[in-house]
Amino acid sequence: MEERKLPPVTQVGMTSLALIVAGGIYLSAHLPEHVPLGPAVALLAASALLMAGNLASLARVPGFAWRRFFEIGRWALLAYVVTAGMIEYVFLHNHLSGGPLIVLTLSLVVFAVHVPMLIAFTVARYYEPAEGAAAAE
Amino acid sequence: MSVAAQAPPASPEGPPPHGPVAIPDFEIVPRKGLIIVAVAAVAVIAAIASNKLWPLEFLHVAGGAAWTIIDLFLGLVLGPIMGSMSVPARIEFTTKLMPKMVLIMPTVVTMTLAAGWELGVQTGNLLSASPNHGWVVASFIVVGVMAVIALGLLEPANIAVLVELKKKRPNPQVIERLMKRFMYSAGILGAMQIATLVIMTKIAS
Repeated sequence: MEERKLPPVTQVGMTSLALIVAGGIYLSAHLPEHVPLGPAVALLAASALLMAGNLASLARVPGFAWRRFFEIGRWALLAYVVTAGMIEYVFLHNHLSGGPLIVLTLSLVVFAVHVPMLIAFTVARYYEPAEGAAAAE
Repeated sequence: MSVAAQAPPASPEGPPPHGPVAIPDFEIVPRKGLIIVAVAAVAVIAAIASNKLWPLEFLHVAGGAAWTIIDLFLGLVLGPIMGSMSVPARIEFTTKLMPKMVLIMPTVVTMTLAAGWELGVQTGNLLSASPNHGWVVASFIVVGVMAVIALGLLEPANIAVLVELKKKRPNPQVIERLMKRFMYSAGILGAMQIATLVIMTKIAS
């Protein structure tokens, strides 16, 4: 099988997810008591940067099957927004507020965007651009 | 409607190559199953809103048991069996199993984690003063590692193999590669579920 040269989207995506998860574990291990936000903010920022870098590197791939990517990505996004919404509901139900709520909500945003991106990438990487366009029609 | 895929060339020691393999028609996401998913999601929200222990415990234990057993069974029993199946049998099995996994796994995982968090709040196990706190944090770490593997490797491979099988000319090598990725990930998750069982039984006793 001839492999196209693609950036390491899956590896970077998993690192980004690992950072988000680490931040979530750090906060969860301290809540509901007071928790210093510095480490969680740093992990979130690093994760968001990796996600942005991942999107940027993918955007520079010539002839990537973007139609297929977005077709799969939007449904996956819907599913993960529902999942993230349920987790957010648990936080709100437990009267989480202030800095920890903001950090955890932003972490959920990164999670809800990056996982669909990984799913869509894994599908679209095996499409030729013309094939991806035809499949989307 | 079914399509045909060219079977991959057999290895020198392996079984003789097959001809084109018929791929049965299937839905990537079984629409009827979405009703059950919606019911499970509403049940979780209602259980959390009720602030009662039993519904939370039920959903956490039922979801967790399903999650653990599926991971263990898939990774340690079904995976090796699938690996030894003929290509046509494996493709037919894949088109029947994988669409169900697309719905089942995210549902049981969300159900278990959301109900489990609320259960931890209600029972006080999340408080750092709780004697179980260390075990709860250990469970966060195990679940966190499992989540990264499941979300970064397993779930994308699950969807991608189904989309590949939907193509007019599916590439058997792509299917093979994605199925290997799915099965290895499931095997690792199955092994990690043993740690979950140890932690959860420790917390419960």
